[in-house]
Amino acid sequence: MQRSFFVFALIFIFSAVLATAGGYNIGDKATDFRLMNVDGESVSLSDYTDAKGFVIIFTCNHCPYSVLYEDRKNALDAKFKPMGFPVIAINPNDPELEPRDSFEEMQKRAKEKRFTFPYLFDEGQTIYPQYGATRTPHVFVLERVGTEHIVRYIGAIDNNHKDGDAATERYVEDAVHALLAGNKPPVATTKAIGCTIKTKKK
Amino acid sequence: MSRNDFKKSVKRISFVTLFLALCFGMASSANAQSTPLDIVSDDERSLPVFDFEGLKPMLAFRNDTTYVINFWATWCAPCVKELPYFEELNRSTAENGKALRVILVSLDFPRQLQSRLLPFLKDRDITSTVVVLDDPDANSWIDQVDPSWSGAIPGTLIYRGERREFREQSFSRDELFQLVNTFME
Repeated sequence: MQRSFFVFALIFIFSAVLATAGGYNIGDKATDFRLMNVDGESVSLSDYTDAKGFVIIFTCNHCPYSVLYEDRKNALDAKFKPMGFPVIAINPNDPELEPRDSFEEMQKRAKEKRFTFPYLFDEGQTIYPQYGATRTPHVFVLERVGTEHIVRYIGAIDNNHKDGDAATERYVEDAVHALLAGNKPPVATTKAIGCTIKTKKK
Repeated sequence: MSRNDFKKSVKRISFVTLFLALCFGMASSANAQSTPLDIVSDDERSLPVFDFEGLKPMLAFRNDTTYVINFWATWCAPCVKELPYFEELNRSTAENGKALRVILVSLDFPRQLQSRLLPFLKDRDITSTVVVLDDPDANSWIDQVDPSWSGAIPGTLIYRGERREFREQSFSRDELFQLVNTFME
């Protein structure tokens, strides 16, 4: 009897670990964070008292796919910050493995490209695994419900990395518009090619 | 056209023919021959550029050959790091006459094929078959390669007949050879 309880407990713990290992699913509560921005100030979701939600983008300097979307990130922020959905970018990479993604290089890039949004460094790589980001760029649209942040969309910004004007689907824009109208995003998850997140952890 | 140019273009045409023969000739049951969107060449090789529909037949040849399909790009550091292992696999196959094919699917950007991809392949003396995939609507095709793929590269599909394994990871030499060997038994 004791033994079977032990086995059950093991299975329970194991499946709980498995369930969290894959990161968030649609409808999950996303963790808040406090990470350093390129301007030297730390940023947390809780700082944004008036926000209705967030467009969280795991991105970096070195990945060509991230670079292709830089102007589109500024455009998303310009469009949706006034509506209550600001963009927050987070660099999840270990700069020891990719020196072009160091904090200093992030500061340079943010200045060159005049990022209008915070560009945060995931120091110690504690945040991206909780979200389940696997590549850059990787977007999570969160909706604020009371004091919680619910994951409503996970995936790509649009369906054409080469040319935003040629995109026929603008997933993030559609998701935020739907949330602003009190609806669920029409497409909740998408995939895109991107760069692996550079980490020494397995 | 100078004599030299003529020679070059003959060489190019023969490379394309060779490529098509390699790709589709060996796959006796593959029914459709894909037409490339474009072909890019230097004096050494010609690379077909496909959209996903064009690439698709290569992901499902029905014969007794093991196919190792690696999605990569020259700008992807972890991809470049593991490339020698795929090359070694391909060369060992050629030597031992094993029923194995390595196909390197480049996701390099169209404007960098001539300036970056072709010189890269030449410098490293790549012997594996290389094709280019240019299909920006990745959400429409990533799941068709494998549902477990999030889209990060490198990603590798290994299959033989009905058995398929996909890995979204960088391989060590041993990991790659061990996994491929399980298909060769």
